[in-house]
Order: sequence, then structure tokens, then C-alpha cells
Amino acid sequence: MNLSAGSAFQILQSVFVVLAAPLLMGWVNKCRAWLQNRSAPSILLPYWTLTKLFHKDAVIARNASPLFRITPYVLFGCMWLAAGIVPVLATDLPFAPAADIIALVGVFALARVFSALAAMDIGTSFGGLGARREMLIGFLAEPAMLMTLFTAAFISGSTQLTTIVDTLAHREFAIHPSLAFAAVAFLMVLLAENARIPIDNPATHLELTMVHEAMILEYSARHLALIEWAVAIKLFAYMTIGIALFLPWGIAAAGDWAALPLAIAALTLKLVLAGAGLSLLETLLAKLRLFLAPEFLSSAFLLAVLGMLTHFLTRT
Amino acid sequence: MGLPSPLAGSLAVAVVWLALAALALTPAGNAFFARRIAFPLGALAGLALAAFGLQAVWLPAQGLTLPLGLPDLPFHLRVDPLAGFFLMLLGAVSAGISVYATGYFREESASRLTLITLQYHVFLASMAFVMLADDAYLFMVAWETMALSSYFLVTTDHKLPLVRSAGFLYLLIAHLGAIAILLCFGVMNGGRGDYSFAALRAAHLAPLWANVAFVLAFFGFGAKAGMIPLHAWLPEAHPAAPSPVSALMSGIMLKTAIYGMVRVIYDLIGGVRWEWGMLVLVVGAGTMLFGVLYALMQHDLKRLLAYHSVENIGIILLGLGMSMVFIGFGHPAAGALALIAALYHTLNHAVFKGLLFLGAGSILHSTGLRNLNHMGGLIHKMPKTAFYFLIGALAISALPPLNGFVSEWLTFQAALQAPVLQNGVVRSLVPLFAATLALAGALTAMCFVKVYGVAFLGQPREIEGARQAAAGHDAGGFERYGMAWLAAGCFVLGLFPTSILLMLNRVGVSLTGQGLSIKALESSWLWLVPTAPEQASYSPVVFLIVIVAVTLFAFLLVRRFYHGRVRVSEPWGCGFPEQSSRMQDTADAFGQPIRHVFGPVYLMHRQMPDPDDPEPRFSLEIEDRHWNWLYLPVARLTEFVSSKIALLQQGRISVYLLFSFLTLIALLVFAR
Repeated sequence: MNLSAGSAFQILQSVFVVLAAPLLMGWVNKCRAWLQNRSAPSILLPYWTLTKLFHKDAVIARNASPLFRITPYVLFGCMWLAAGIVPVLATDLPFAPAADIIALVGVFALARVFSALAAMDIGTSFGGLGARREMLIGFLAEPAMLMTLFTAAFISGSTQLTTIVDTLAHREFAIHPSLAFAAVAFLMVLLAENARIPIDNPATHLELTMVHEAMILEYSARHLALIEWAVAIKLFAYMTIGIALFLPWGIAAAGDWAALPLAIAALTLKLVLAGAGLSLLETLLAKLRLFLAPEFLSSAFLLAVLGMLTHFLTRT
Repeated sequence: MGLPSPLAGSLAVAVVWLALAALALTPAGNAFFARRIAFPLGALAGLALAAFGLQAVWLPAQGLTLPLGLPDLPFHLRVDPLAGFFLMLLGAVSAGISVYATGYFREESASRLTLITLQYHVFLASMAFVMLADDAYLFMVAWETMALSSYFLVTTDHKLPLVRSAGFLYLLIAHLGAIAILLCFGVMNGGRGDYSFAALRAAHLAPLWANVAFVLAFFGFGAKAGMIPLHAWLPEAHPAAPSPVSALMSGIMLKTAIYGMVRVIYDLIGGVRWEWGMLVLVVGAGTMLFGVLYALMQHDLKRLLAYHSVENIGIILLGLGMSMVFIGFGHPAAGALALIAALYHTLNHAVFKGLLFLGAGSILHSTGLRNLNHMGGLIHKMPKTAFYFLIGALAISALPPLNGFVSEWLTFQAALQAPVLQNGVVRSLVPLFAATLALAGALTAMCFVKVYGVAFLGQPREIEGARQAAAGHDAGGFERYGMAWLAAGCFVLGLFPTSILLMLNRVGVSLTGQGLSIKALESSWLWLVPTAPEQASYSPVVFLIVIVAVTLFAFLLVRRFYHGRVRVSEPWGCGFPEQSSRMQDTADAFGQPIRHVFGPVYLMHRQMPDPDDPEPRFSLEIEDRHWNWLYLPVARLTEFVSSKIALLQQGRISVYLLFSFLTLIALLVFAR
């Protein structure tokens, strides 16, 4: 592997993800507005919101601890790191061996634990409520996510995300029934982990239902901007993981500059479709009661486990 | 000759600990000695032991026969890589705990302190002898000394009836385990009369007797390790003991049981079978899930930590079980990987659980609180303790880049070796156990968000404990050094796993005859590679550097392009003006979703108030189910049998003479 070309790809991709993530958010919001017969906001709205928030003065509660103030940066850093691991445009990233899929799940868990801790820091009732619900969703979603990734790991014999994508995208073409189960499970985890309907509603502040919004209620200005941005990167990262695992075609090999335009075009097309699909799902589904969330996510977990067992059955 | 050999050195450390214990009893060694000198010296000895242990891992095994013991039955000592690894664990972790104890026990009364000093150091020395022993006789003597000295440490506050009953339960289960271990040695010996480990190792057992020996060893050591259903003593004994003792018991003593299990099953019985591994896997997974689910329901901090020890023993057993399955099917390389994962987690758990118990001790020391529901906002009063506790909490939650993550990562990697297995059922079951591990890891994270959020974050709660919490102060110097040592351990073990991996590979080679693949061992110190670089790798150092760099970069960018202005104000209560600290989540409230999801697991006694009760009270008690189906029936059976036997005791001399007469007749019949 050509290290300098690889590093260039790595840096390019990380910056690309961070900058493009709010655009995806804007696209999802726009599609949803179209589907719901509302007049759609500009696709660039998330950027304007971020700029506005960065310019404001931060308001912090009197009894906030240092943990509260560093958490937005930690969240942003975790998501940026995740963006560096996931092969978005090219496989064979030089940073990828530092963290495999298990470490990727670990990064998301680290971010979740920090955001839950920060939510409990001020000591208002909403923060604790949000943290409790977030951890409930997290402990159900995390194993399901890991099992989904393990299914892919068993197929390619590796837990390196780049190797997995390389195997699935560039080697012999085969249909893996286990991946079908895994894909459904992954979709359910994606909805839950990114605080989307049917588990959480990103557009509401209703105390009976909110999860993610309850956790960040105390944040304002630049802290809030970083968290919102991290949320956008997380959605982007999850979508690209899904694309990389289940629709990997078109991804470029490292250092292959010629393949890059095609890779960007393929990725854009896939993300446009995925974003539209997400907004369609969010329009069609109703939000579940909180205590139906465990059922939703345990079915995701069972589907993922079933996918893994299918892999062993079809192999013999 | 420069340095003493590892064996002589370890023996010298154990003797130093015994000497410290003895000196505490002399008139000269009264309060001043116990208060100022004994514990720091003990910590230094611990550091030396860690160095000797580390050395022993890299040297061939050494043996020694002591001129002590019974006539014709001398004590045998031996240090091999396995014993060296556990001696290192004992030395390194106990060093931190002893430093902490110097500060923690400072305010004890002189008479209690001398007794604690005596028992504490006897306890340490006996654990060292358990690992050094090379015959069943010395092993059992050391094992029993360990059980007794820790019993006396648990019952330090023996004036409280609760502490006495906790101590009794501990002693009872410890002895059930000891009987099983003794029987196991008897089975292995098979009537040959030579109880040295060399003889036991050389003996070939018939398959049936090997199975019997395995089951006895598994449950005998399991009783000490706290695996279900023999865990009942753990959540009782740990809160009863003084905090450094809890740290010692949970961090190190449970590991002597793991040591015993590995020593007896892999080394002495030998010929590991995959069926054994399946039993260990099932019990391990059950222990793990049970431990974490009950931990989530606790509001007594030390009880909660005790249940987490149960959970972590389950994780270690999971690794051991996988290793037995792989070895039983003839894949020693995968088996070595799983064994390494289990031993790595053993070391990690010793470090972070020791740290967490010390943190709990500092909270107890400074605020007098053990109930999470009375704490809150401690980060403002105890910022340093809060920092160390956060490291421990992140480590036990298996979050990268700390140490808990590395061993769980290795366990997952071992599980991913499952496709090599020949048996289809086992092949698909092994990854399922990995799924339970993922679930347990996520639940642990939830539990420690609860602990940290309720105890350290938020506002101090306005209930009876609040006054004490307001008076809290940060941990003293020695307490902080002890915690800092273990917190540094969490980082070192998390960031430099390759050196630990190489060390554990030596242990694996010495036990199973084969270690990791060449590719795994050739990788540089930066990259942790369990099998081959293209299959899996993880680099905690790069990970940490990137995450810190990216976070700092984000911080600097925001500062550069915008501003750092902050306004301080009241918390925002969503327009509700009368927020009070009682509206925060308590530990019990935080566990409510878990009670909802896993309801059938618990035995709940819930009292809901009447809707028009003027003074509504809600109460909830959660009991361990094992009491009802196992312990209470056994206790009732014992009482029933004893009441029947009591019929013999008539209290009249003629009846007793009749018994003597009958016994004599019976003996004459036998003697003929």
C-alpha cells in the first residue's frame, strides 16, 4: 500500500464526512417535509443553524462540572474518529487497522456513556430521564449491532471493516442469505441509535417521549452546535456502514485516484436514496411507546443472531 | 549473584508479610508501627513481588522443597509462568491497596488497627503461598489460612449482627468449596499417597475420574470465585468488610480461585475436553448475566460492586470455557487465544475493581454514605476521587482505549475463531455466548452511568444523608496515591496490550504447549494482533492519539473562529419553577427500565401506595432468587436432619451408656 496516497485518502475522507454530514441531515429533513406536504426548508439549513449556534454565548448551569463542558468535544471527537474508520470512499485506509468493528461499536458506546453522564450532571429531572432511556436503548442496540457486524465478519473472516468491505465488494460475487437478516437488523439498530422514529422523535420536545432531546436540554450555543454536528456525523457514519456492508459496489481502492469520481458519484447516489428512504420510513411509521422499544430492539438482536446462525447453516 | 531468583524472592516477600503481621502483635509494634510503617512496607514488598513474578514468567519453572511441614511430608514450592503471572497480579494490585490502606486506617483505634494489620498481612502472605504451592498439602494449608484471615477481616465490625451473619455465610461457602477441592485432590491422587503436584500431573486418570475431578475442581474453586449459584456470600461479605479489604478480596482473592481452576484443570488433570468447556461456558454466561442484572438493581454502592465482581468472574469463565472447547477439539492456538483473553481479563478486573472499591471506600470515609440514593454532586467535593472513579467506571464498562475493552476485545476475537470447530452445534453456540457478552458489556455501561451519575454528578440530595454529604472532603494523600496507581494500571494495561499478550503467551505455551500464531507475535508493540494482521488488529495508542488530537483540534477550531464566552445561570427546568434535587433520578429510578424488561429475573416485593393515601410511600425490595430455590431449602433440610439427630440426645446417662454398649457390640462384630 502506498502510505502517502493512503494518508491523503484518509484525511480527505475524514474531512469530507465531517463537512458533508449536515448536508445529509438537510436532505432527510427536506424529503420528510415533502412527504408530509410541508414547504421544505433549504437543504443547507443545518449549516445555517450550526453557524448561528457557534456565534451565540454559551449558557451553563451554575452547578455544571468540567465533565459537562468537555462532553460536546468528546462526542464530536468520537464521531470524527468513527468517520475515519468507516470506508466511505475507499477501502484500505491507513488508519483503519487501529480500530476494527468491535472498536467502532466501542467508540459509539464511549460517546453514549459521555452524553448520558453529561445529561445527569446538572441534576434536573429531564436529564436523568433522558440518560436512563438512552442507556436502555443503548444496551439493547449495541449487542444487535455487534452481532450484525459479526455476521459480516464471519463471511469475510476478518473484523477489519476495510477487509470486510473489500471482500464483499471486490471479490467473487455471492449472495449471502445471512446478510439479508443482518441488513434488516442493522436498519432497526440505525433507527434506534440515531434517535429516529419509531424509537425517538428528533422533532419533538415532549417529555413523555423524548430521549435524545431530553439529554441535551441543558446545552446551548457552541456546545449544542458540536452535539448537533456530532449527531449528523453519526447518522452519516451509520448510513455509510450500512452502505459499505450491504451495498458496497463502486467503492474505490486506496490510492486509485481515477476511481474516486466514480466512488463519490456512487456514494452520493446511494446516500440520496438512503436519505429519502429514511424520511419515507419516518413518515410511514408511528413512534412506539417507550416500553415497546425493548421489543423492537430485541427483535433486531434476534434477527442478527439468526443471520449469524444462517451463515453457519448455509456454509456446511 | 545479583538478584535473587524469582522463587527465593517471592518466598522472601511472603516472609516479609508474615513478619509485618507478627510485628504488629509485639508491644513495640503498636499503633505507631501499624499506622505508619506496616502498610507502606507491605506495599513495597508487593512491588518487589510484582517484579519477581514478572521475571518468573520469562524463566523456566523452578522448584524448592522447604524443611517445614509434617514429618516425611515437606512443603514443596514451585514458580512457573502461570504462578509468576498471578504473583505479579497479587504484588502489583496489593501495592496500590496497601498504600491506600495506610491512609484509610489512620483513624482506627489502636487495638483494632493491630488486629487488622495482622490479618491483612497474613491474608496477603497466604495468597502468595497458594500460588507458590507445589503440593496439595501446602496448597490446602495456604487456602484455609486465606479463608480464615479474610473471614476475620470481613468481621472487623463484628459487633454488628449483620456483619457477623455475612461473615458466617462467607465462611460456610468457603468451606463447602474447600471440601470439594480437597476431594478433587483425593480423586486425582487415586490412593497413591504422593500429593505433590508433580505426582498428580504424572498420574493418568480414567475418563470417569477425570470428569469427577473436573466437576469437583470447577465447583470448589467456583465457590471461592463467586460463580452462581455459590455467589451468595459475595454481596454480603464485600459491603461488610472495610473497603481496602473488599478491594483485596474482590480484586485478588477471587483471582486465586481462577488460578486454582486453571492450575488444576489445565495443568494437573490435563487432557481438557470440550464438554467441560461447554459446562464452563453455560455457567459463565449465567453468572455474567445474573451478576450484571442484579448489580443494576442495587443502591448500596459496595453491594453493587460485589455483584459486578460476580459478572466479571462470568466473563473470565466465558474465556476459560471457550479455551477448553477449542483445546478439546484440537485447536490449541485458538484455545491459547481464549485462555489469554481470560487471564487478561483476570488482571484487568483486579486493577479496575480494586480501584472502584477504593473509590467507594473514599466516599464512605468522607461522607459516611454507602447508599447511592443519598449521594449526589460528589464531583464538586471530591474532584480527585471523582476523576479516578471515572477511569475505573470507564474501564469496567469496556470502553476503548482503557483496559477492560482490550480483554473483551480478545474474548470476542476468540469467539470469532468458532468456524474452525468441527461440531456444528458447538460452532454456532460459541458466537451466541459472545452475544451474551456484548449484552453484559452494554448493561455494565448502563450500570456505571447510573453509579457515576447518581453519586458524583447532579445535585446533593436533600434527604437524611445530605448533611453528611455537605461535610464531605476529598480523599487524603495516601488514599489518592493508591487510587492513582491502579488508575495508571488501567491506562497501561489498556494502551500497551502487546507486551501483556506476549507475557500471557508464555503462560499459554507452558500450559497448553502451544501459543499464538507466529504472525500474531511478530507484530510491533503498537498493534495488537490476535491471529493475523489482515484478520483483526487494534492499536489503542493510535486510537488514543487520534481521539485526543481530533477533540483538541475541534476545541481549538471553535476557539479560533468563534469565541469562548460563557454565561452562568440557573439550570433550565422547562418552565417549571420549583425544581428540587429530589426530582433527580435515584439509583432505583435509573434501574426501572431494567426491572420492566427483565422483570421475571427478579423476586420483587413492591408496595404501591393507595391513590388517596395522604402520605404515600412506595417501597421496593429485590431479593436474590437463589435464596428461595437453593439456600433456604438446604437450610431447612439441614435443620430437619439435625432435629432428627437431636433425638439421640436424651440427656440421660443410661441412654448414653446404652449407645456406648451398642457401639462396642458393633465394633466387636467388625473386628471379630
